[in-house]
Amino acid sequence: MEDEDIDLLLTDLFDLYGYDFTNYSRASLKRRIVRLCSIDKFPSFAELRYKVRTDEAYLKRFVEEITVNVTEMFRDPSFYKSLREDILPVLGTKPFIRVWHAGCSTGEEVYSLAILLKEANLLRKSLLYATDLNPTVLEKVRKGIFPLNQMKQYSESYIASGGVNDFSTYYTANYGQAKFDQSLAEKIIISTHNLVSDGSFNEFDLILCRNVLIYFDKDLQDRVLKLFDASLGSLGYLALGTKETLKFSVVQHNFKQLNREKIWKKIV
Amino acid sequence: MEEDSLNRPCGALVIGGSAGSLQVLFQLLPILKPALTFPVILVLHRRNSADSTLSEVLSSKNQNPVKEVEDKDPVLPGNVYLAPADYHLLVERDFTFSLDYSEKVNFSRPSIDVTFESVAEVYGRLAVALLLSGANEDGTKGFLSVKSSGGRTIVQDPETAQMPFMPHHAITHSSVDYILNITQMADLINRL
Ligand SMILES: C[S@@+](CC[C@H](N)C(=O)[O-])C[C@H]1O[C@@H](n2cnc3c(N)ncnc32)[C@H](O)[C@@H]1O
Repeated sequence: MEDEDIDLLLTDLFDLYGYDFTNYSRASLKRRIVRLCSIDKFPSFAELRYKVRTDEAYLKRFVEEITVNVTEMFRDPSFYKSLREDILPVLGTKPFIRVWHAGCSTGEEVYSLAILLKEANLLRKSLLYATDLNPTVLEKVRKGIFPLNQMKQYSESYIASGGVNDFSTYYTANYGQAKFDQSLAEKIIISTHNLVSDGSFNEFDLILCRNVLIYFDKDLQDRVLKLFDASLGSLGYLALGTKETLKFSVVQHNFKQLNREKIWKKIV
Repeated sequence: MEEDSLNRPCGALVIGGSAGSLQVLFQLLPILKPALTFPVILVLHRRNSADSTLSEVLSSKNQNPVKEVEDKDPVLPGNVYLAPADYHLLVERDFTFSLDYSEKVNFSRPSIDVTFESVAEVYGRLAVALLLSGANEDGTKGFLSVKSSGGRTIVQDPETAQMPFMPHHAITHSSVDYILNITQMADLINRL
C-alpha cells in the first residue's frame, strides 16, 4: 500500500462522510488500514476503497477499526494516585465539579474517576462528560459493563492507586460480566464529539485526554490543545497520557506541570 | 553478505531484544563510539512500568545519551532511544516518533516487529536491524520487511545468547546478513 493510496482514501472519507483523518499520525494510521485490509480479506487496496465509498454500514466498521479503542481501568495507578491526593482535594473546594473525558473509548477511565470522586465524597456534586468520535464505544460507556476476567487486574491497579475498599463492591458479577454501580453511571453524560471538527461545549475544572493525542500529528495536537485551553476554567487541570506532552504546543505557556505525572494546571 | 554493506551509510539502527538482552546491551552500549552518526532505537520487552528507571540504567557508562521516547520526539543522530513500556513505537516520514497503544503483537507491546517494519518503511535500504536474545518470535517478520526494503539485518549469535530462540527463529525464518557476538557487533556498528 502506497502513501498516495492512503491520501485517496482519506480524501474520500472527508468528501463523502465528513470524517477528517488527514492530520492523524500517518505511521499508525497506515498500520491500521493495512491491518483492516488483511482481517477483512480485501484482495487489494482498490477493493477496500470501493467498499468504503459505497457501503455506509462498512464505513462504521472502518472508523471503529482504524481508531484504537484499547483502554483499562486505573491504567497507570500512580496517575490516579496523584488525582486522588493532589487534584481532588483542590476540586473539592468548588461548589460544583465538571470533568471532560475526551476520547474516553469504552469508559473504563470514566468509571475509574467516578470511583475516586465517590470515595472523596465528591461524586454527588460532580458531572463527568464522556465523549468520543465513535458511537459504538459510547454505548458501552452507557451500559457500564466490562469483562469480569479483567477485574483481578483492575482491582490490583485500584489498590496501587491508593484504593482501600474491596473493589468488587463497585460491580455486580453476572455471566462473565461486571456491571458497575448505577450510582456511578448516573453522573456520566455521554455524547459523540469529534476533536477534529467539533468545538468547545462547556467550561471544565478537569479535562482528561489520555492516549488520544498520540494518534494526531503535531498540528492537530496543537489545535486540540487550544480547544482544551479554551474549555478549561481558570486554575483548571489538564491530564494527558504518560508519554504525551505540551512541549510542542503554543499553549504550554498557559500551563504549569504539577509533578512527574502528566497533569498540568492552567495558570492564566 | 552484500558487497556494499559497509560503504552504505546507516540511517537508523534499530535493536530488538527480549529475555536475556539487557546484559548484552550493558556490554554493547558502552563500547559504541561517541557521537554516532545515526540514531539507535531500542525496543525491549519489559515488565510494564515497573522498570521506569531503565533508561537511566542504560545511560550509565554509555557515551551516547539514552532517552525514553515521548510522543512526537524528533529522531536525531547520536541518541539512543528507548521504546516506552506498553506502547508500540513507530517512526514517521518526517523523522519524528509516534506512539501507539493498540493491541499487543506477538504478546508484546512494544513489539519488535512493529518498530522494525516502521523503520524499514521510512529508512529503506539505510535501515539496519539487530535482534538479540529472547524466547519469542518477535522480530522475524520485521526482518522480512527490512530485507524487502533493502536494509541490513544482524542477529546475536544464538550460541552466545542467554535465550537463543529469538535470534535462531530469525535465522531459520527470514534472511540474516550477519550472525555476531558482542565484540563483533560493536565493531560493525562503530564502522557503520
Ligand atoms: C486508545 S483510546 C484511549 C482511551 C482512554 N482515554 C485511555 O487512555 O485508556 C483512544 C480513543 O480516542 C478516540 N478518538 C480518536 N480520534 C478521535 C477524535 N477525532 N475525536 C474524539 N475521539 C477520538 C478513539 O475512538 C478511541 O476511543
